[in-house]
Amino acid sequence: MARKVFHAMYDDDDKLKEAAQLIVDKGIRVKEVFSPFPIHGIDPIIGVKRTRLAICAFMYALTGTSLALLGMWYFMISDWPMNIGGKPNQSLINNITSFLPVTFEFSVLCGAHGMSITYLLRNGTVPGMIADNPHPRSTNDRFIMEVTTDENSSMSADDISQLLSSTNPEELSEKEY
Amino acid sequence: MQKEAAIREPLILGDKSYSQITEDVMAPIVGSPTMWWKVLITISGIIAAWGVGNILYLLGVGIGTWGLNKTVGWAWDITNFVWWVGIGHAGTLISAVLLLFRQKWRMAINRSAEAMTIFAVMMAALFPGIHMGRIWQAYWVFPLPNQFGSLWVNFNSPLLWDVFAISTYFSVSLVFWYIGLIPDFATIRDKVSGGWRKKLYTALSFGWSGRAKHWTRFEEVSLVLAGIATPLVFSVHSIVSMDFATAIIPGWHTTIFPPYFVSGAVFSGFAMVLTLLLIMRKAMGLEAYIHTKHVEYMNIVIIVTGSIVGVAYITELFISWYSGVEYESYAFINRATGPYWWSYAIMMTCNVISPQLFWFKKLRTSLMFTFIMSLIINLGMWYERYVIIVTSLHRDYLPSSWSEFHSTFVDLGIFVGTLGIFMTLFLLFARFFPVLALNELKTILKSSGENFKKADH
Repeated sequence: MARKVFHAMYDDDDKLKEAAQLIVDKGIRVKEVFSPFPIHGIDPIIGVKRTRLAICAFMYALTGTSLALLGMWYFMISDWPMNIGGKPNQSLINNITSFLPVTFEFSVLCGAHGMSITYLLRNGTVPGMIADNPHPRSTNDRFIMEVTTDENSSMSADDISQLLSSTNPEELSEKEY
Repeated sequence: MQKEAAIREPLILGDKSYSQITEDVMAPIVGSPTMWWKVLITISGIIAAWGVGNILYLLGVGIGTWGLNKTVGWAWDITNFVWWVGIGHAGTLISAVLLLFRQKWRMAINRSAEAMTIFAVMMAALFPGIHMGRIWQAYWVFPLPNQFGSLWVNFNSPLLWDVFAISTYFSVSLVFWYIGLIPDFATIRDKVSGGWRKKLYTALSFGWSGRAKHWTRFEEVSLVLAGIATPLVFSVHSIVSMDFATAIIPGWHTTIFPPYFVSGAVFSGFAMVLTLLLIMRKAMGLEAYIHTKHVEYMNIVIIVTGSIVGVAYITELFISWYSGVEYESYAFINRATGPYWWSYAIMMTCNVISPQLFWFKKLRTSLMFTFIMSLIINLGMWYERYVIIVTSLHRDYLPSSWSEFHSTFVDLGIFVGTLGIFMTLFLLFARFFPVLALNELKTILKSSGENFKKADH
């Protein structure tokens, strides 16, 4: 059987959401949705799981906290302790109050940049990448749902096509790949 | 879909559709530059060139070309630094704090306010850099192994905290801004037809395709970045204030400084946002997106932060008397009645009295009045830093060392020059970047667009 990919294009985000709900209820798996802005509520319908990026950010920030404290302990206490204004740098715990601002800033630095880099890498949106949205209007004012025969092996291509047409898309295209 | 009360004024005026928003934002990018843009960039370019010339002269000859002396060792340099950092704070407040509070009106202004933040922090960072004298050794502020021991930088010093605060603030703001820009660059990429623009926006958009999973991640990243940028912005100006508050100079050594500096920063930043946006909305035809309601909301923020600043000034005065410390009292009496009484008077008038006029609805919804007020507040906030810095320093502990500060043409040239560089960068941004977060605006079109609201009710 030929492997086919269908693209159903809608002119409204709510129309796409209703259409997705309709065909998911009929047992079709939606492979992807392309939209110019986030469609709230589409994720549970098409089975997109919650992202764990926030957990990553927390771990990157904790790494930053540890690195900052370790660094300042080494610079100010272990390697070259200084006595400034009668306040010697004796131990980390005695000096921690004046180390807090840098610890905080460095945690934020690591958390923010770590998360942003992970985000770009996970998305595959890095310098030099080529976009693969099926229609140029999907970044402007059109909303596209992608369904493949590969993911819906229990149904024939004709059945999928018929079901998609029943949701009244503005345009339905079908391609072999 | 989210519903909004019918009596709430729409945020997007006119009969707009998703594609119309794209068209409106793209118009200045694809069109040829207007006469006004050419005139403005020529003027700001000349001023910027004058500033760069002054900076090169300063680097070549030395800090002696500034009006500093043994007693007043800090004057316009650090005043400009604090002023520019303060201006930057409004951008982060708009994009991060208002995002956490789910304020939809931020979407029309966050992009340009963030750009303003980035350019303002660049201007701020310039001042400690050129103040070092030997700018080629600026990397000494970082804890790098060196041939002197290694001799490390002092992590107990607020000046070093500042290095970490400003560099973190700048880079995090830049990343926050760029991540928001990627989907909008993709929209432009898919809309323009061929040529250098297609290549430029293809490169800038990093291959963004708008998949559902990517949007989920995008929203999570925006939320988390907003969550960590909020304490960051408060910490940055608190640390800037500690440059003064941890010193033992009367007039500087006060615990009120961190909150007072942060609200002052937001106050001056909003004034600068208003100055820029009131020009931009007219010059670029964005009246449907940035209108009286947005200006009124910003003016309300100005009343709140301006009043906090006013209370802080009065508290400082009261405590200097109540403390019973002679030197502390003198520092404040001298500010108000000494040789710099005029700068104190400018500060009080511009920052305490004038924002109170915004209690009148007629005034806070008048665009012309707001524009004039925004310039007055910018001036007042510059003088606030000047008053704090110069009047506290010019009366030394020994009366024989008492002195005054007289600025030179280099002081003036560099400050005005940074205004020129800032305006040049902002104008370039307005010409080549999407000045509104167009894809974010589309998410509120149905709930806050005038046409949709009318159809609903």
